[in-house]
Amino acid sequence: MTDYLSVDNLLIERDDRLLFKGLTFSVSAGKVLQLVGRNGSGKTSLIRTLLGLMPDFEGDLCWKGKPLHQERDDFFSHLLYIGHKASIKSALTATENLEWLTAAYRKVTYFEIEQALEKVGLRGYEDVECHSMSAGQNRRVALAQLYLLDLPVWILDEPFTAIDLAGVEQLEARIAEHAEQGGAILLTTHHVMNIDAVTKVNLDEFAPRGRNAS
Amino acid sequence: MPADLGFFALLSRDIKLAFRQKSDIINPLMFFVMVITLFPLGVSPDPNELAAIAPGIIWVAALLASMLSMENMFRSDFEDGSLERMLVSPMPGFLIAIAKVVTHFLVTGLPLVFIAPVLAYMLSLPSEAYGVMVISLLLGLPTLSLVGAIGSALTVGLKRGALLLPLLVIPFFIPVLIFGTGALQGVIMEQPVTGQLSLMAALLLFSLASAPFACSASLKISMGNG
Repeated sequence: MTDYLSVDNLLIERDDRLLFKGLTFSVSAGKVLQLVGRNGSGKTSLIRTLLGLMPDFEGDLCWKGKPLHQERDDFFSHLLYIGHKASIKSALTATENLEWLTAAYRKVTYFEIEQALEKVGLRGYEDVECHSMSAGQNRRVALAQLYLLDLPVWILDEPFTAIDLAGVEQLEARIAEHAEQGGAILLTTHHVMNIDAVTKVNLDEFAPRGRNAS
Repeated sequence: MPADLGFFALLSRDIKLAFRQKSDIINPLMFFVMVITLFPLGVSPDPNELAAIAPGIIWVAALLASMLSMENMFRSDFEDGSLERMLVSPMPGFLIAIAKVVTHFLVTGLPLVFIAPVLAYMLSLPSEAYGVMVISLLLGLPTLSLVGAIGSALTVGLKRGALLLPLLVIPFFIPVLIFGTGALQGVIMEQPVTGQLSLMAALLLFSLASAPFACSASLKISMGNG
């Protein structure tokens, strides 16, 4: 089994407040890793640290066993990241959004985009501008990338936000399928998922006792 | 190469966005036109007096107009998460910066170059100076976009970025302003202007070689604080 990402003894501080310390886990092929923890426990900070967007941390981050900061390019070309802000441009249509979101990875055709949108339940919305869609539909446009890009590692920050029950079920199925095919998934959600391969990491267990007494 | 695909996709996305939202195209252009039309009314309608100050007016107005949309270069992408997404894609950061600069120049700078001859006529700029004016704007405005992109990237995470940006970038705009105005005045005084234009070209090449990297580093700093 391949470990894609591993985190060893990680400590993150934000605005002079210790979020957690001694955090150790790994994201490996065929597994779904769910980060849980109360609001403000540092789930998004952890993800941003892994992505190299937050420079201040202590501990070791590895990509395929090598230090992550040296392997950044390889990491980014195998990673699909969908943040809690969906990075959908409201003035563009669903197709135009997916075109630019996927362009850095591979060339996708209009037909593929049409199929992916159909899978996320947005058939007929290909050429609708995203500002006239609901929050849930915008999220679904972003999630259509899960059907378009063939990348092994997914990092999804709150992917279940704003989508309805049918959408949740479908997304769970897609995540389970990806794990079965040997993909690795790191996601944050408070939602209880119906997938066998899920491992939970609770950030509250690594938080300092007494929030302010750090 | 997927990175190139990403670059062109980003470029076409930003140009599409500019044409749909229009404010980044129209605001600087309107500002440029308004400032320049007010000068003959406010200063003097005398052609000789106007011709003497025309180079300065054209360049100052063009500089301020190009700065109007500079603050928005990364703002909306920062707010909706697109910037974060671009930075973790396989596309290198300097290509993101170049795409943004090219868009800013095409959307804000180029329309100013097109309208400038009409406004120069209004300011009674001698006709032999038109060619130099267009060349100096074509050399100077991309330099402003390049330098402005660094400032815009540095201030994108700040709430009061709009105030800080001009303070940061205007000092670097001054050489462009001096040589741009100098070239036009040189033509009016019938002196050779190749020196000024060569210096402007040098400034453009230097900022083209360095600004995209500085801009990419600034974006990472801004993301780290956000």
